[in-house]
Amino acid sequence: MTQVVIVGAGLGGLRVAESLRAAGYTEHIVVVGDEEHLPYNRPPLSKEALAGGVQVEDLLFRRKDSINDVEWRLGSGVVASDLAARTVTLADGSSIPFDGLVVASGIRPRILPIPGPTQGRHFLRTADDASTLRAQIGPDTNVVIMGAGFIGCEVAATARKLGANVHIVALDAEPMIRPLGAELGAAMRRRHEAQGVQFHLGRTVAEFLGTDAVTGVRLDDGTVIDASVIVEAVGSVTNTEWLVGNDLDLSDGVLVDSAMVVQGTEVPMVAVGDVARHPNALFGGPERRIEHWNIPTETGKRAGAALAALLSGEEPDPSDFTAMPSFWSDQYDYKIQSFGMPGIATSQVVAVGPVDEPCIVEYHDETGLVGVIGIDRTSDLAPYRKQLAQRLA
Amino acid sequence: MIKIHVDMDKCQHYGQCCFEADDVFALDDDGKLVYQEEASDDRLADIESAVDVCPMQAITITSA
Repeated sequence: MTQVVIVGAGLGGLRVAESLRAAGYTEHIVVVGDEEHLPYNRPPLSKEALAGGVQVEDLLFRRKDSINDVEWRLGSGVVASDLAARTVTLADGSSIPFDGLVVASGIRPRILPIPGPTQGRHFLRTADDASTLRAQIGPDTNVVIMGAGFIGCEVAATARKLGANVHIVALDAEPMIRPLGAELGAAMRRRHEAQGVQFHLGRTVAEFLGTDAVTGVRLDDGTVIDASVIVEAVGSVTNTEWLVGNDLDLSDGVLVDSAMVVQGTEVPMVAVGDVARHPNALFGGPERRIEHWNIPTETGKRAGAALAALLSGEEPDPSDFTAMPSFWSDQYDYKIQSFGMPGIATSQVVAVGPVDEPCIVEYHDETGLVGVIGIDRTSDLAPYRKQLAQRLA
Repeated sequence: MIKIHVDMDKCQHYGQCCFEADDVFALDDDGKLVYQEEASDDRLADIESAVDVCPMQAITITSA
C-alpha cells in the first residue's frame, strides 16, 4: 500500500488527484490545504464575490466521482518536509508519510514592509479575504489600491461599481504593463479613468497614516490620499518555505521537467500550477512560472500521469509540454483575453484598432508571433491561437 | 450518448471550451456561445477537457 500526499487544496491539487485516478493510481491520496474550504474558483473573488451575493459554496469546483475516496485534510497547512524520510509536517504538529509527493502549494500576496497601522490593510487571495473586504467597501468608501496588475485593476472596477472612490498607486508606468505593453496598458488606464478611477503611477506608498486604523496613505512624493481601505496587490511570492532543507532549486518556485517531475531529487515528486517553474516547447527559452488560471489544469493533468508512472516504477511520458498559456480579465464590461506569452515579446502591432475600441494587439519576438491580446474581440482570436499552437511545427 | 448543459447565467462566452471540442462548442458571429446538447460517447475525453477549462465552470455533462 502506498500513499500520495498533495500539498495544496486549490485547482492544481484537485487536477492532480483526478489525473492520478485517470492514470490508474488506485491507492490512498491525501490532500492537505491551509484553508478550510474544498477547492474553489479564485478569479470571481475580485469580481462577483467582491461585488456581493456569491459565497464560497457557489465557487466550489465540481469533483469527479473518481476522487470520492480522497482524504481532505483542511485547515492546517504543511509547514515542513523531510524528503529523505518521506514525511511532511503540518501546522498542527502532525506528520504524514508519503510515497509520492505533489507540490501544489501555490502563491500568496507579497507584503511590503511599510510603516503605519495595519487595521484597514487588505489582501485578496482567498474567499475569506473577499468576504472581509466586501464588508468594508460601499458607496463613498475611500479605497487605495496598491498595484496596477490584474487583481488591482479588477478590484478597482468592482469597487467603482459599489460606489467607492478609488485610487490606484503603482510604480509601473501604465496598468498591467508587463502583459499588455505600454500602448494597451494606457488604453485600459483611459477606460478606468473614464469610470472615475484616479491613478498615481510611478509612485509608491511610503507610509500608512492613522493611529489604530488606517486613515490614509502618504506617497513617496508627499501626496496624501485619505483612505479607510487599502488593498495590497503588489505581486506574489511562492509558498515553498516548507520545502527548504531538501537541497532543491527553490530560486523561483520549484523547478520541474516537461512531465512536471521535480528536479534534483530521487523522490517521486511533481509540482503544478503557479509554483511550478516549467518548460514550454511552444515558446522555448528558460523554464518559467506562469500564474494563469489554465496552468494548474494543464500541468495537473501531466503531473498526475507522471507520478502514477513513477510509483509503478515506470518512466513518465517524456514528450514536450506545449500547453497554451491563456488569461482573461473582466473590468467593467470590458473583456480582455490573451493567448500565448505577450510578456516575452520585443515588439507589438495593433492588428485591429484603435485600442480605445474593441481591438486586437499582436505580440512578436525574433521567432515570430508569441502572443495575442484582444479587448472585446474574443470570437476573433481563434485564428491567432491556432497560429500560436503551430509554433512548434 | 453524452448530454451537455451550459448554464447560460454563468457562461461569460470566453470560448475556451471551443478549443477543446470544436464540434460541440462554438462562438457565433456575435461572440455568443452555441453548443450541441448531445454528443457520442467517443467524444468524452475532449468534452471533459472542455468542462475542466471553463473559467466559469458553467458546463455539466451526464451520460444518457
